[in-house]
Amino acid sequence: MASNFLRLRKPYYVESTINCSSSSDQKLVNLSFGIDETRNQTKKRQAKEHHGRRSCLDSCCWVTGYLCTTWWLLLFLYHCCLPFTVVHEVPELMPAARLKREGLTGIHPVVLVPGIVTGGLELWEGKPCADGLFRKRLWGGGGFTQLLKRPLCWLEHLSLHNETGLDPPGIRVRPVPGLFGADYSAPGYFVWDVLVKNLAKIGYEGKNLHMAAYDWRLSFQNTEVRDRALSRLKSKIELMYRANGNKKVVVVPHSMGVAYFLHFLKWVETPPPMGGGGGLGWCAEHIKAIVNIGPSFLGVPKAVSNILSAEGKDVAYFRAMAPGVLDSGTLGLRALEHVMRVSRTWDSVVSLMPKGGETIWGNMDWSPEDEHVCDFSKKRYFRLSPSDNNVNKSNAKQVFRVKDPVKYGRIISFGKAASVLHSSQLPTAVLKEILHMSASRNFTSSCGEAWTEYDEMSRESIQKIGAADKAYTATTLFDLLRFVAPKMMNRTEAHFSHGIADNLDDPKYNHYKFWSNPLEMKLPDAPNMEIYCSYGVGIPTERSYVYKLSPSNKCKRIPYQIDTSVDGEDRSCLKSGVYFADGDESVPVLSAGFMCAKGWKGRTRFNPSGINTYVREYQSKPLTSGIKSTAHVDIMGNIALIEDILRVAAGATGEEIGGNKIYSDILRMSERINLRL
Amino acid sequence: MSFLRRRKGTDSSKSQNLRCNIVKEDEKNNLYESPRKESYNSKKWSCWDSCCWFIGFVCSVWWFLLLLYNTMPASIPQYVTEAITGPLTDPPGVKLRKEGLTVNHPVVFVPGIVTGGLELWEGHQCAEGLFRKRLWGGSFGELYKRPLCWAQHMSLDNETGLDPPGIRVRPVSGLVAADYFAAGYFVWAVLIANLAQIGYEEKTMYMAAYDWRLSFQNTEVRDQTLSRIKSNIELMVATNGGKKVVVIPHSMGVLYFLHFMKWVEAPPPMGGGGGSEWCAKHIKAVMNIGGPFLGVPKSVSGLFSVEARDIAIARTFAPGFLDKDVFGLQTFQHLMRMTRTWDSTVSMIPKGGETIWGGLDWSPEGSSFNCGAKTLRNNSINNTDQIPNINLANMKNVNYGRIISFGKDVAEAHSSKIERVDLLQDSMKADMLANLTNCDIWIEYHDIGDHRIKAAADYKVYTAGSILDLLHFVSPKLMARGGAHFSYGIADNLDDPKYQHYKYWSNPLETKLPDAPDMEIYSMYGVGIPTERAYVYKVTTATDCSIPFQIDTSVEGGSEDSCLKGGVFSADGDETVPVLSAGLMAAKGWRGKTRFNPSGIPTYIREYSHAPPANLLEGRGTQSGAHVDIMGNFALIEDIIRVAAGATGKELGGDHVYSDIFKWAERINLQL
Repeated sequence: MASNFLRLRKPYYVESTINCSSSSDQKLVNLSFGIDETRNQTKKRQAKEHHGRRSCLDSCCWVTGYLCTTWWLLLFLYHCCLPFTVVHEVPELMPAARLKREGLTGIHPVVLVPGIVTGGLELWEGKPCADGLFRKRLWGGGGFTQLLKRPLCWLEHLSLHNETGLDPPGIRVRPVPGLFGADYSAPGYFVWDVLVKNLAKIGYEGKNLHMAAYDWRLSFQNTEVRDRALSRLKSKIELMYRANGNKKVVVVPHSMGVAYFLHFLKWVETPPPMGGGGGLGWCAEHIKAIVNIGPSFLGVPKAVSNILSAEGKDVAYFRAMAPGVLDSGTLGLRALEHVMRVSRTWDSVVSLMPKGGETIWGNMDWSPEDEHVCDFSKKRYFRLSPSDNNVNKSNAKQVFRVKDPVKYGRIISFGKAASVLHSSQLPTAVLKEILHMSASRNFTSSCGEAWTEYDEMSRESIQKIGAADKAYTATTLFDLLRFVAPKMMNRTEAHFSHGIADNLDDPKYNHYKFWSNPLEMKLPDAPNMEIYCSYGVGIPTERSYVYKLSPSNKCKRIPYQIDTSVDGEDRSCLKSGVYFADGDESVPVLSAGFMCAKGWKGRTRFNPSGINTYVREYQSKPLTSGIKSTAHVDIMGNIALIEDILRVAAGATGEEIGGNKIYSDILRMSERINLRL
Repeated sequence: MSFLRRRKGTDSSKSQNLRCNIVKEDEKNNLYESPRKESYNSKKWSCWDSCCWFIGFVCSVWWFLLLLYNTMPASIPQYVTEAITGPLTDPPGVKLRKEGLTVNHPVVFVPGIVTGGLELWEGHQCAEGLFRKRLWGGSFGELYKRPLCWAQHMSLDNETGLDPPGIRVRPVSGLVAADYFAAGYFVWAVLIANLAQIGYEEKTMYMAAYDWRLSFQNTEVRDQTLSRIKSNIELMVATNGGKKVVVIPHSMGVLYFLHFMKWVEAPPPMGGGGGSEWCAKHIKAVMNIGGPFLGVPKSVSGLFSVEARDIAIARTFAPGFLDKDVFGLQTFQHLMRMTRTWDSTVSMIPKGGETIWGGLDWSPEGSSFNCGAKTLRNNSINNTDQIPNINLANMKNVNYGRIISFGKDVAEAHSSKIERVDLLQDSMKADMLANLTNCDIWIEYHDIGDHRIKAAADYKVYTAGSILDLLHFVSPKLMARGGAHFSYGIADNLDDPKYQHYKYWSNPLETKLPDAPDMEIYSMYGVGIPTERAYVYKVTTATDCSIPFQIDTSVEGGSEDSCLKGGVFSADGDETVPVLSAGLMAAKGWRGKTRFNPSGIPTYIREYSHAPPANLLEGRGTQSGAHVDIMGNFALIEDIIRVAAGATGKELGGDHVYSDIFKWAERINLQL
């Protein structure tokens, strides 16, 4: 080894000294200090030159071998030293270690309900192109390597049937069961793993910890129809309740899992065949608390952009996972179109559409977040941190306040003007016209095989919709979607509803399509149950969009896209065509907190038995990540949140862990919303 | 010269001027020397460089091949195989799907000993970073990295048979628990893949994973495993339109499921409170694969001296590692200490005593098995004709009933000629005087002292009945613990209320089958492989800190076809379980309405004759009869799929027997 280094050193020396002799004194000094740095750069070149005389191939082999050996050596060292280094880091990462010392042990069984896209999917039956992938992951874990190996095959297998929303013929893709289902979403990208580790520290294991894995692509009721997922969950909860000395379970749903579990609550009470036949007392008997993490109770605006143009950034993780591949279409595939085609077969995406219409999300000229200050980069919550007072005064002037409040209510506007102008200046009821015109939709596509539903629409109507100066609120949005994606909306509206109930006793609300909408269901009769809304705040979250027509008018293109050229002034809420509001990067505070802050607070018509609700917000501090992060998925590793969950699982009540903990304006926003309770 | 100087210059980075001067000089030198240096360089392609070159070359070629392999269409390996071996037969799943079979009854798998994965939930410092990583199954990587830590975590508490303080190792749940035992070594995976072909998936398949180290009742006490199985079977029946389940236990899982059937009927708190109707309502068939109903002789040698080959599969995975004490670790002793804390190993001690396994001069197998493994089973009679002298001579002398004998002469002599010193006479007194040795490894042998060891050897011959005394004698703690959970006798009166205790539930000779006349019980096992049946032992002369008994591998039979090889008498079986143990209950004990089977549950014997894989490409073979490899046997899989799709035992063809099990069964004098 030594001889090698010596021999290597010689060539650098030669080069650096040549420079040395031909440069000024000043440079000399620099050079001498820079030798170590240049060494690395020159190394390769020199090595090449050095061995270039043999042959290129030889030196290539040499370099590869050298790198491999070094890599192995480092790997070896890493493995040798690992046990020593890890020991020191662990205690900080583990709130459970501290709580265990306090004497906390797990009492109540815990059920984890994963959200959309975080659960793994595996192949059970496939087309010939998926040979050898039996029971291998297609989604999550190592499954994304298949995306790179055989992208079209992969997409085909992840799609569902366009008409039924169930398996396409000859393909069976099923959720990965157990904790492996969603502990990591991709290698190294944890979802539940940190929480599971902490729970294990205070005594949890397979018998009192369950991951309710379900196929997140299906509509909620279809998970029962196809996989019996709801029945399994019910049986599992009953078993854990019995096997752990009649201790009620603590349920921890995340993201879309929140809506899924609401659906479960209603399903389990409903008599068969539509429901699980558990009877009215089931929830009171079996559930201690529901700790909703990052709940998307009232939907997320992101879902809209995802459906309209496949451009949601986090809902469709595709992009985050393989940004280069998807954006640049280098493979000759128009990735976004493919993504749209696939994700439109997933009913569950529709469950995330904003619920409650204009009452909740605001109309053309009004929105509950009106007073929102968009200066996220500065101290968003300065008034809560007294030590920052001095800074505040100087910053207070800088904080930019939009004179006209941002019109968040217009979730989709075509053109910037449409998002800013007063409603009276906008043309109205254009959509109705178009809908009338849609009788003439017999337009035969000249694009051959239709890819997305856009291909079945006439150019005219596409352009009419997309013409400037139109805006859509949470209510009219559905008209738009029904127009641009009629099949999907037909299919999914049998499974989901997005309105507000006038009269909850109306027998029509016994239908399962209302079960996942908190505004159209009653909570179960379980006064001792507790509901927590735990979510991160302080991160700009997509709230509404400025759209434009795509420049290209070719076939098989998505005709709309977010107008990324539109930017507000400095520190405005508008950036690259997206209006931001407070939230956890995916779910706005409004959606996450409103039900706990108002809709279910006390005894309301949505919560007839007066189940206690608690809002637990986790504030984002600038430039933190990891254990203090509050982003939608990263919050699962937030130590404050984990501590809360552990305490609840160990038997604490909401009052004991401190009741409400609010940083955002959720209470004020809720007040402004005029919802009959 | 210049070389030296230059090096010096580089190292002394402080003296810039000096350096530059030298440099200038060197530059000149370089100019002059350049031709020479070139030749020098090319000559000096040093060892290190060649190494790098070689590694680089190998890596590059490897990557290149990998790339080719990955880009290659998936069907090429199949073409290659077909070109060599002729066209492949369709896997049974594909074949039966073409016949129109579809998913019907939900299936439950019950894995056996050692095949289920175990993962860490809480451990000591040395196991940091292994949270929810597999300790057992998978790659066994930790066994190599930190063997002592591994053994520590795999052990149970010596007194309670439950977790030691501060350690929680739990079974992996779901199908992944036992589909592959180690990478590439399938257990259930082939069966699962074939069932999936006709439409099975997660909701209709359930792997009843349990911690196979614990005694059966303790899996319920610690993990509520039996409750989970009950709840899952009920769920599957309810969600699949009332279709009863088909249960497929393998190896020790067979006993576990027997235990389960009694448990589920028994009232709480000891049982599951399902009532006597439960099995009739929920179970269509129990298809036992390679079931050691009456125990396996191997478990005796396993407990006695950790020398069984398959019970502790760890050995087959690292034979060199375990046999040689290269690392200065007393591997065997560690292994023994570990396995002796596992209550479940006791569950497979031969049951039924001399009635079933034979006495000193008598055994049910008699001399009917031809141990020439190479010849086909069916030709055994012809073979004996051809070489009558040698074979008959050997066969006369095989005393299978003597499960352990000390010395070959003892193994073969007639019982009247053996002088035996009574086991318990004087040795008990010596107990307390046992010299506590300085061995840092604890095994019970060091507690019992030399007297006992000698006494044990002096007794000379042990049958299935007296073997229990021997084990009680040499490992009192384990047997005391195990005795509370398992029983090995034959019941005189099954209505005796004492048989309601759970320790009898896994012994088919001390339990009644449930009242479920529509249920079916299959015994499916491989035949045609010599299987360990009795051992010749010797006392080792080694130092204190080793195991005092060893199989006397120097003892060989008279000829190639002898049943005695390397100190082990073999009989017919599947390499682990003798036919006697796997088939007797279905052939006799439960056949028709007997006292063990009061409701007359129909039983079927399905034997699969072993045929080794024709070539390497076949892997572990599609017609294997070996204990674990049989899970990939196409005939067996086909039977299972047909039953799962709704067929009955009659439709399958009833009994399918190659061995002499019925003849042997007749010879056994068991009250029915």
